[in-house]
Amino acid sequence: MSFNNLDALYRQVIMDHYKKPRNKGILEDGNLVIDMNNPTCGDRIRLTMKEEDGKIVDVKFEGEGCSISMASASMMTQLVKGKDVKTAMELSKTFSQIVQGKEYTTDLDLGDIEALQGVSKFPARIKCATLAWKGLEKGIHDKHSM
Amino acid sequence: MDIHSIRSQFPILDQSVNDHPLVYLDSAATSQKPTSVINTVNQYYQEYNSNVHRGVHTLGTKATDAYEAAREKVRNFIHAKSTQEIIFTRGTTTALNTVAASYGRVNLKAGDEIVISYMEHHSNIIPWQQVAKYTGATLKYIPLTEDGTISLEDVRNTITNQTKIVSLTYISNVLGTINPIKEITKIAHEHGAIMVVDGAQSTPHMKVDVTDLDCDFYAFSGHKMCGPTGMGVLYGKQHLLEQMEPIEFGGEMIDFVNLYDSTWKELPWKFEAGTPIIAGAIGLGAAIDFLETIGLDAIHKHEHELVGYAMEKVSSIEGVTIYGPSAENRAGVLTFNIEGVHPHDVATVLDTEGIAVRAGHHCAQPLMKWLNVSATARASFYLYNTKEDVDRFVEGLVISKEFFHNVF
Repeated sequence: MSFNNLDALYRQVIMDHYKKPRNKGILEDGNLVIDMNNPTCGDRIRLTMKEEDGKIVDVKFEGEGCSISMASASMMTQLVKGKDVKTAMELSKTFSQIVQGKEYTTDLDLGDIEALQGVSKFPARIKCATLAWKGLEKGIHDKHSM
Repeated sequence: MDIHSIRSQFPILDQSVNDHPLVYLDSAATSQKPTSVINTVNQYYQEYNSNVHRGVHTLGTKATDAYEAAREKVRNFIHAKSTQEIIFTRGTTTALNTVAASYGRVNLKAGDEIVISYMEHHSNIIPWQQVAKYTGATLKYIPLTEDGTISLEDVRNTITNQTKIVSLTYISNVLGTINPIKEITKIAHEHGAIMVVDGAQSTPHMKVDVTDLDCDFYAFSGHKMCGPTGMGVLYGKQHLLEQMEPIEFGGEMIDFVNLYDSTWKELPWKFEAGTPIIAGAIGLGAAIDFLETIGLDAIHKHEHELVGYAMEKVSSIEGVTIYGPSAENRAGVLTFNIEGVHPHDVATVLDTEGIAVRAGHHCAQPLMKWLNVSATARASFYLYNTKEDVDRFVEGLVISKEFFHNVF
């Protein structure tokens, strides 16, 4: 039996993040809490971040949802931890292009997030992949518009 | 029931999705439409599209006759006493909101109670939450038994003499439970409460007799019963509808308009402000003709057999949980989870096999909480589904399990 399409969506590295999520939990000394949910499907993510002088010192996530939403959250926290806010926003933009199957160029290290490219073939699942990143953007936006 | 002849009347079913013949198991969300309905709607737009209850020209008369003939078809279909009791709405949601706003807000006060259940769709929860907030009334929930049914004992323990409205679904869109509406209506009436029924999942699948049920309001949607989207029905007992004020105002629903005050048309038109859903109503009439030709009892029996067959096969797969009652007391809905695999992932795998199911909370978040899950997957059956569809679905579940077992 061939799983070609499915294999493109559920890459080994995605399943690895789903089964062994990085940065899972609540950051006790964070200064930002962002709750995101996808009301059509019930996926839910809470991001806790510690941001100091324009830098994401630490970030954790907690929540429940499908493999794509949880793996994406895990990859996101791994990638933006220690980065400055501007870089994180750039990464978020690039990620959005990746999962929509659009062309992208960047000098930044993309970590594992390119593994989610297969999502572009499953339009119904793009929102799952972007939920954590939307949370990140919201947190940064809220902090800087205070 | 000649299933091949039925399937041949649904052109959409004859296609491949992701290189597999389509298996459509999402009729509880919306049903497919037979050629007769599609042609009837087409014919209206191509041959006699006109506004109703206005002009004196020939097309206008033809459109008005067809629109009102659809009302009579609906009346006969649900066994209401009069077409004055049949109000055309946008769907079940609008129908329930009309009762909540026009009856609930006006007749309830602090200390009164509204009774619903844990298995309600959001559209039969939120309008009542709003009435409770607006009037100070209390919203109460009938608990569910372990297998996802409602016991009459729990009904009697929840409804009191303070209860003014009981609003329940006839069939759960998640569990497939068929509720004893006639008995519950009797209990509601003994306490002086009115009975509202959400018929979105029952009307397409079984014989409905609102006079025999003796319910006060009954709401349903056309698109789940082979009719067009954007079209639904509110049935209400005439003496109640007569006391109620419209919630929408404008053209079509008025008798006389003065500078500072106006009077309303008689029932049912006082509740149908603006140009109504003409094509939708005529299409719904065609859907009723179609369903009656096959027979609601035959449809119910067919779905009952399918869900029984599906439950037997699915429950033999290790690691699958089925929610809701046994096949005896269940409509054609099968909600489940595969251990360790999120329902979205199950739905995606099934989709790559050409099988359409729903995954998520099914607009029933309180029920998800009661089931202690964040989401589930659901297969729902209708008259055009076959045992082969069930076999493909079961194969798809095995593939899902196998796939996720392999990648982990």
